[in-house]
Amino acid sequence: MEKFTIYTQAKSSLGGKRSDTLTGVVASGNLEILFERKGEPLAVIVEVMTASHGYQHVWEAVIKDFVARVSPGGMYISIHDNGARPDTVLLRLMQGARLMEARS
Amino acid sequence: MTDWTKQKAERARRVAAVTSLVSGKVVEPENVTSLLERIICSGDRVCLEGDNQKQADFLAESLTRVDPAQVHDLHIVQSGLVLSEHIDLFRLGIARKLDFSYSGPQSGAIARALDQGKIELGAIHTYIELFARYFVDLTPHVSLIAAVSADRNGNLYTGPNTEDTPTIVEATAYKNGIVIAQVNKIVDEVPRTDIPGDQVDFIVEAPRPFYVEPLFTRDPAAVTETQILMAMIALKGIYAEYRPRRLNHGIGFATAAIELLLPTYGKQLGLQGEVATHWALNPHPTLIPAIESGWVQQIHCFGSEVGMDHYMSARSDVYFIGHDGTLRSNRLLCQNAGLYACDMFIGSTLQIDLAGNSSTVTPDRIAGFGGAPNMGADAHGRRHISDAWLKAGREAAGNNGPLVRGRKLVVQMAETFGEGMKPAFVEELDSIVLARKLGMPLAPVMIFGDDVTHIVTEEGVANLLLCRNADEIEQAIRGVAGYTPVGLARDRVKVEALRQRGVIRRPEDLGIDILQANRNLLAARSVRDLVTWSDGLYAPPSKFRNW
Repeated sequence: MEKFTIYTQAKSSLGGKRSDTLTGVVASGNLEILFERKGEPLAVIVEVMTASHGYQHVWEAVIKDFVARVSPGGMYISIHDNGARPDTVLLRLMQGARLMEARS
Repeated sequence: MTDWTKQKAERARRVAAVTSLVSGKVVEPENVTSLLERIICSGDRVCLEGDNQKQADFLAESLTRVDPAQVHDLHIVQSGLVLSEHIDLFRLGIARKLDFSYSGPQSGAIARALDQGKIELGAIHTYIELFARYFVDLTPHVSLIAAVSADRNGNLYTGPNTEDTPTIVEATAYKNGIVIAQVNKIVDEVPRTDIPGDQVDFIVEAPRPFYVEPLFTRDPAAVTETQILMAMIALKGIYAEYRPRRLNHGIGFATAAIELLLPTYGKQLGLQGEVATHWALNPHPTLIPAIESGWVQQIHCFGSEVGMDHYMSARSDVYFIGHDGTLRSNRLLCQNAGLYACDMFIGSTLQIDLAGNSSTVTPDRIAGFGGAPNMGADAHGRRHISDAWLKAGREAAGNNGPLVRGRKLVVQMAETFGEGMKPAFVEELDSIVLARKLGMPLAPVMIFGDDVTHIVTEEGVANLLLCRNADEIEQAIRGVAGYTPVGLARDRVKVEALRQRGVIRRPEDLGIDILQANRNLLAARSVRDLVTWSDGLYAPPSKFRNW
């Protein structure tokens, strides 16, 4: 297990009212991501727990793209990867952000 | 005086040499090896019918038992090298030279045998390329084939897996060769005559039915959300754009996901009746929901698929069915249909380089090509038009002048990372490394970059038709290569410029709702669902049953 936290800033805060959401399930080739609306409105904090060592640069690239694409300001995101591939991580992040933006 | 009938005399000599071993055309199983020792001569070209599915396995086993001192240096010319017996022929010194198309499960063994010098490799062909050579310079002297049943005159019923048989027999029988068939049963009357008896010399009732490999069954339960997202990108970015009505799908999970999305997402996009109505396709169980929902008008098949026979017999408006009520497949004709009559090929690959060349060869496996290079190639002899074909051609030419011809859509789908986090995008194909190691003058490339029109990954679709030079192609490929080293090394400014031009389109550019990329979007989520869709007519092989 490797654990690290990535701190970054978004251009705007994420819309919607939901306080938190969970996407995915920890199972083979999948992962679990918890979104919480807390902290500074433009801050993005991503806490990663990963099964594979030595991929921090890939994680940073994934998070950078995610932040550029959806601008998730004000999100505290906890990722419990289960050896998931970067594409699955990005898909889940995008899905989580969409769920947070939903009205109810 | 020149003797113009030497082949005929040689054939008569060989047939006469086995009269004591046969009764009419019938050989008993225990006499087959002796018969082969007298019928086959050292140096002969032999086709031991191994299609990608149907296997003349009893004859293969019998051939491995001939005395290598008597029969050796055979030149094996067959499409599929699939059974361990096929490799044994080389290991035992019975065969030396090989020309083939596909090796599937024996891909590792072939690579090892080549490395040890046990196989002298002619070439790895596509199916129709090898069949073409049967009629020019690789005509078999002896063909050992498989059929479901035969009558005593040698008329053969091949059943739904007709596959390569008519082509092999045509080349052999009409060029003074000898045809020997193993059949599951000798009967008084065959249900239909797939091969006329005057083209068949000997028949043997094999001790067990010939083996058929289920190759095209993809379990919907194993389709991932990434594959669903890729299928959505393909449907919206390619099917909806070009509206290809006539097409072929590869056999991987990526296209299985598209098949399972036709009745749901495809319908939502208003594509029913507009795309994918006519197919050159194996009987994919994952297409059942689309067929049952009324998407598909007609399908011609290369081969059959285990468990699909009753379903197809009951859907004779869709499939090609004999008057006896069972499927008639034909690999040569279906490959030709895929080459000339289809507007699109879409399939998975394992490796793509920066020029769009794609390959399924890895350093220790030579899997061959099968039909992919023909399905995935623009046929320069095509002269009829369709909207999809013309649109692709005009995009490539950058204009629509009077002599701008069309292009076949050749779409390669790849998840950016494959098994064990192996990147699908590479600077140099493994096949080039392998060719260097084995001293092959031409690296085995499945689809050359100049034939590929689109690449779909979970990151988006790259339209190579709109690229104007090698640098644009490279950046378009890097731009959908995700977080692989090739993808991370993209020039972000150039990639963004390509995106502005619509060369690269991401899910958000296509208006895809990422929340829909979810297993609930699949028309069937398990093999059991497929059985339900088929009205109980689809009978999946036991390894796909978990109920």
